Amino acid sequence: MDAKTKLALEKQAVKIRKDIITAVHSAKSGHPGGSLSLADTLTYLYFYKMNVDSKNPSDPDRDRFVLSKGHTAPALYSVLAEKGFFSTDELLKLRKTGAMLQGHPDMKHIPGIDMTTGSLGQGISAAVGMALGGKLGDKNFTVYAALGDGEIQEGQVWEAAMAAAHYKLDNLVAIVDNNNLQIDGKVSDVMSVYPITDKFAAFGWNVATCDAHDFDSIDAAFEQTKEKNGKPWVIVQKSVKGKGVSFMEDNAAWHGTAPNDEQYAQAMADLDKIEKELEER
Amino acid sequence: MADVKIATRESYGKALAELGKVNPDVVVFDADLAGATKTGTFKKEFPDRFFDFGIAEANMVGAAAGISTTGKIPFVSSFAMFVAGRAFEQVRNSVGYPHLNVKIGATHAGISVGEDGATHQCNEDIALMRSIPGMVVINPCDDIEARQAVFAAAEYNGPVYLRFGRLAVPAVNDENYKFQLGKGVQLKDGNKVSIIATGLMVARALEAAETLKEKGIDARVINIHTIKPIDRDIIIKAAKETDFIVTCEEHSVIGGLYSAVCEVVSQSAPCKVVPVAVMDTFGKSGPAAELLDVYGLNAENIVNKVLENIK
Repeated sequence: MDAKTKLALEKQAVKIRKDIITAVHSAKSGHPGGSLSLADTLTYLYFYKMNVDSKNPSDPDRDRFVLSKGHTAPALYSVLAEKGFFSTDELLKLRKTGAMLQGHPDMKHIPGIDMTTGSLGQGISAAVGMALGGKLGDKNFTVYAALGDGEIQEGQVWEAAMAAAHYKLDNLVAIVDNNNLQIDGKVSDVMSVYPITDKFAAFGWNVATCDAHDFDSIDAAFEQTKEKNGKPWVIVQKSVKGKGVSFMEDNAAWHGTAPNDEQYAQAMADLDKIEKELEER
Repeated sequence: MADVKIATRESYGKALAELGKVNPDVVVFDADLAGATKTGTFKKEFPDRFFDFGIAEANMVGAAAGISTTGKIPFVSSFAMFVAGRAFEQVRNSVGYPHLNVKIGATHAGISVGEDGATHQCNEDIALMRSIPGMVVINPCDDIEARQAVFAAAEYNGPVYLRFGRLAVPAVNDENYKFQLGKGVQLKDGNKVSIIATGLMVARALEAAETLKEKGIDARVINIHTIKPIDRDIIIKAAKETDFIVTCEEHSVIGGLYSAVCEVVSQSAPCKVVPVAVMDTFGKSGPAAELLDVYGLNAENIVNKVLENIK
């Protein structure tokens, strides 16, 4: 990835973070922490990596993305809106009665959503089915699925992991967003999922790792997944929950809480500062 | 009417193999029960379109949801207990809520599972599946109906729950029978009482009607194969034209056919409705035929219910 592209993605990611905070603030509820930890990866996927077209959201040959950690919908909605799948005005109506943007992704009513998710552990199974469909239909698309690190406590994730390896789904790339926080606290305290990489390797997956907030590192990990050897890929990304907003970073309290007006102003000031630094670079 | 008895799970397996020939998009998923659910018949014909997911029903249902988004028509199979019970939330959230084109072929429903006992005898699946918005629920009564129901499910765009049994059952319909999704079938006219039955209880309802005829009681017999969406018209007509209704199902009295019929008549044509069903209890081990008697799921009990309630 060249420096210019990287800078463009970094700028785009700040925009996405502002959208996330604005949407959750407007909704007065939602999940900012995990949305911010996944923001860079989603920006990378939709603005750089994936073959998707906002004018043809149901193209049978498109790449798919499944937000298995469906509660971080604000991040996906922000990316889809900025990418032109629907108006950014919709973000201000998030979670409101009669609005298109539901609390969790709804494929039936939201352009660009490839799978309805929200109940943890289920998205990855749907991604397995999509990848199997791709293989069966001789399609060349890749299926990406993002999971939370807390989410992989769900047994269904490991049922899916078994099936993906068994059916040699090397057109499937799972991302585990490892911010080590879930609602009740640290993942390692609530119910340890470690070692994550070894578990997936033992289930027959290729494993890559990256720094979730460094586009060079993200790109290097996704570049590795181009190697097709009959095994699905998992990228375990080390991330910071609440990344980009000083008082939300690495704080489980911001898993599912919306900022008040004062906190909103502070969050936007933090992001303005990052944006300014990027402009001046 | 042929004397040969066929279990509807056998019909399911055969129909899938026939369907596979005419519809290349059909794929079949199973959870290590292909021999019992009879999807093995499809597997033999179309090994490339059959996928075993192992003993992992939740993932199987989710994967079916996913593959349906790529244009395939998945039939997912396991015992009713495990696909409607264990994987209920996957069916609800990954299939029902997005209204995906997934067909659930559940076998070994009801207490006629027999010797395996209560852990495997699912008397709650109709209640569970019926409560999901947009889910079609079909409970065929014999071989011919079961086979046609499989084809009808494939033609319908959306989630369908198909309920099949382990026990061989007699034929109710002949080769001229035409299955229509959502349409009840009046098998025998009558003006005193309406016996509304589903699944293997349909044959038993006809048997009861014969006995009642000998006693001078004219019973109407209706087969409700599609429990959702239910044929309101045929039920309201029965409620208005006969004195009362007896419902017959190999399912819990809670949430199944009895409930569905009561929901219709209580609003549109109030009348007495008497259940023949599994009366809010678990099953137990034993030969299927004996268990059906033990739980009152037989013609004798239907006759008794009619006689007890007749004016």
